[in-house]
Amino acid sequence: MKVSVVIFPGSNCDRDVKWAFELCCNADAEMIWHAEKSLPSDTDIVVLPGGFSYGDYLRCGAMAAKSPIMKSVAEFAQRGGLVIGICNGFHILTEAKLLPGALLPNASTKFICRSCQIKIERNDTPFTQLYEKNEIVNFPIAHHDGLFYLDDDSLTKLEESGCVVFRYADNPNGSLKSIAGITNKEGNVLGLMPHPERVVHPLLGGEGGVRFFKGLSKWVKEMR
Amino acid sequence: MMAKNLYGLKEGEYLKIKEALGREPNETELLLFSVMWSEHCSYKSSRKLLSLFPTTGKYVYRGPGENAGIVDIGSGLGIAFKIESHNHPSAVEPVQGAATGVGGIIRDILAVGARPIASMDCLFFGPPEERRARFLREGVIRGVGSYGNAVGVPTVGGMTYYDPAYSGNPLVNAMCAGLIELDKVVSATAAKPGNILVLVGSKTGRDGIAGAAFASAELDESVKESKPQVQMGDPFAEKLLIECCLEILDKGLIVSMQDMGAAGITSSSVELAAKAKAGAEIYLDNVPLREEDMKPFEIALSESQERMLLAIDETNFGEVRAIADKWGLECAIIGKIIDEDRYVLTHKGEIVADLSASFLASSQEADWPVHKPDELGVSYPKVEGAALDRSDPSKVVDFLVSLPQFEDKSWIYEQYDHMVQTRTTLGPGNPVAILYIKEADKLIALAAASDPWRCAADPFAGGVETVAMAIRKLAVAGAYPLGMTDCLNFPSPEVPENFWIISEVVKGMALACKKLNCPIVSGNVSLYNESHEGAILPTPVVCAVGTFDGMHFLKSKGPELSDRLFLVGKEASLQASAYRRYVEGKISGPADPVNFDDERAFIERAIKTAALKLATCGRCVSLGGLALAAIKMASGSRFGLEIKSGDVRFLFGEGGPRALYSVPEAKTSEFLKVWDGFPVKEIGKAREDKTVRFA
Repeated sequence: MKVSVVIFPGSNCDRDVKWAFELCCNADAEMIWHAEKSLPSDTDIVVLPGGFSYGDYLRCGAMAAKSPIMKSVAEFAQRGGLVIGICNGFHILTEAKLLPGALLPNASTKFICRSCQIKIERNDTPFTQLYEKNEIVNFPIAHHDGLFYLDDDSLTKLEESGCVVFRYADNPNGSLKSIAGITNKEGNVLGLMPHPERVVHPLLGGEGGVRFFKGLSKWVKEMR
Repeated sequence: MMAKNLYGLKEGEYLKIKEALGREPNETELLLFSVMWSEHCSYKSSRKLLSLFPTTGKYVYRGPGENAGIVDIGSGLGIAFKIESHNHPSAVEPVQGAATGVGGIIRDILAVGARPIASMDCLFFGPPEERRARFLREGVIRGVGSYGNAVGVPTVGGMTYYDPAYSGNPLVNAMCAGLIELDKVVSATAAKPGNILVLVGSKTGRDGIAGAAFASAELDESVKESKPQVQMGDPFAEKLLIECCLEILDKGLIVSMQDMGAAGITSSSVELAAKAKAGAEIYLDNVPLREEDMKPFEIALSESQERMLLAIDETNFGEVRAIADKWGLECAIIGKIIDEDRYVLTHKGEIVADLSASFLASSQEADWPVHKPDELGVSYPKVEGAALDRSDPSKVVDFLVSLPQFEDKSWIYEQYDHMVQTRTTLGPGNPVAILYIKEADKLIALAAASDPWRCAADPFAGGVETVAMAIRKLAVAGAYPLGMTDCLNFPSPEVPENFWIISEVVKGMALACKKLNCPIVSGNVSLYNESHEGAILPTPVVCAVGTFDGMHFLKSKGPELSDRLFLVGKEASLQASAYRRYVEGKISGPADPVNFDDERAFIERAIKTAALKLATCGRCVSLGGLALAAIKMASGSRFGLEIKSGDVRFLFGEGGPRALYSVPEAKTSEFLKVWDGFPVKEIGKAREDKTVRFA
């Protein structure tokens, strides 16, 4: 499985997610600089990692969404390729209009870093197929702007079309409907605020994230 | 004629300069000296004392003298680490002061070629019931968080202490650790004549120009116009700088490197030149500037953040610039290492300073008179627990637990990303932070310690206790020490009583480092921590780095229901305890005599206890005594503890090698065997109710 991890200036979870893919499914994870115009042709999964792209100075993810590589990422998504945005990567996906909604400052207005109970809403997605439906897993969060927001109508549609994949069991940031992670309608683009890559080793606070990566590997194999 | 402004230089120093030059120094030259010979840059008051510290040992790869010390953790890898203060800037502008403190220490770690992997922050404020103390605390926490989070270096631990002595002068000590392949270590002494000096990073502005040196000097009109500004931190630029420098380093293009902190270009370039026993030419016109009409001394001394100085072979400049371009950073040739002992600044075709590099970088010494104070200790006018019924230990415990000093600090550390880089095995809220070094499949532990109250009551014993506590914390978790970094925060050394205290504290620390085999590999000194509200307590802060023989460590919380509770160690004194401070309002008197045989016996047994998995959890008895150790051990756990109560000294005594262990019934005999020959007392057991009861 070939994973392309995009590095934007200010990304800081790029190495973590690469390590998680390598550790959990022995994937070939390659770092792709944001100024590149195209993704490697054999890419199975694109990851937009967490961090503070462009320092979050304009609006989280706004500058990165205009990076040269993003055109290629959008085309990859349109062709049905799997795209995952974690934390700041989720910001970038919403700014690039690959996912609906916006992420506002946490209700507390403070940065929050802690482990978090996350409910798996659907297990018929490439991202969650190895979890049980309604299972509660422990994924940490670390963000200042994680309050998922969408207008009422769109939110209803989002729920009806089953795009909510992860929900907080203890909504730490004031997200509408406790939403922690969503997909696009087609189900191939995922954005989530929690960090599954931080829980893939018993020495690092548990292994709740391992099945996230293993599931992706299984999916890619079966699709071939 | 002495009409000149000496910019904080002592008259003797000025005369020495004049004699060496054989002429009057010009204003720019005088400013360079005033900064380079300031306490901050030259350690002139503390140099002699610092020489007492042991700096070599089995695991020391690089000792003091470089940007950071390095210890060897095996597998060809090392941990570079250092602690540094940013007290004065944080007192003026807490957010930026703390942020640039974090940024500065990260660049120190980067300067030896290491990837920064963890930070710790040791903070000291006035009591939070004071409005200003709360304001400073809010700001410092925001600064530490906003910088550390964005730069992608996890804040894995630290401490927050309160005392009225810090009301006017808070302390912000930031420690950073980095991971490095030992064959890639960059030395500050490696530059060669002919190397070009390349500035990489942000543009240079008028930020914090010579703040340290100007503090005690009257500013003349020309300087007033460009009055020093607060340094501003830009964590995004720092993140780019880290990645850029590590990429340049990875390509093998760096001969030597210096971060730019205090005294900016001057300090970093003079040090590069002097350590290489050479000189340097600096072309101030080539420095990328953010502001117009900057004077030569402003460019040379600006403390603009997020800049590094690289010494490289001229032929590699194209490649270096290409990497800097990729990361969107400024990259300019601003000077050259030359084969003579000169330090020359040129500006607009003119030589604006021409000095001996070795003389400018030479260590000055200030010898201050020493006088033992008639009385040691602190009396507190406001005694929070004065009206307490001291005959009821539970009431005293409840009172102590209600104090900000002992509150759960998660509201602070949850604002810090303490997991990024996925190495954090044990994060903040524990006596030690433990990091998983994937590259070596090894665990390392970081433990910070400080005990200003004991240092105030008995400076020598306080110095010993500070060092020993960090090592004890490591040992109880199961780690042995590799090395230590220290930050010496004190008031003015020019007061003889202060200098006596400083000397005694350092002597105690140095002896403990020697006796407990934990060399000092790096450090920082911050003096003159005083304000109109008074002086700070003598506050040495240390951080020890340790490692484990296996992959097992002992946690500090979470007793199991069938556990028996043991206290190891002798009875401790109340002398400088939290009990004395909060209930009686006075700390004073000599501590129990220091006994290094006991310390070593404790450390050896504690490491064995952890390695053999003889306890469910364990923690050192420190601030707040046994009572608070028990409360913390049970906090957030499934079960509570029941403790056979004793007298006040038993519950609240502090100091010396003591620890509380929660031991499974089945392991009791083996536990007692390991601790044979050391005082052990069974003092209670776990209980189903989550609370701690003192029966």
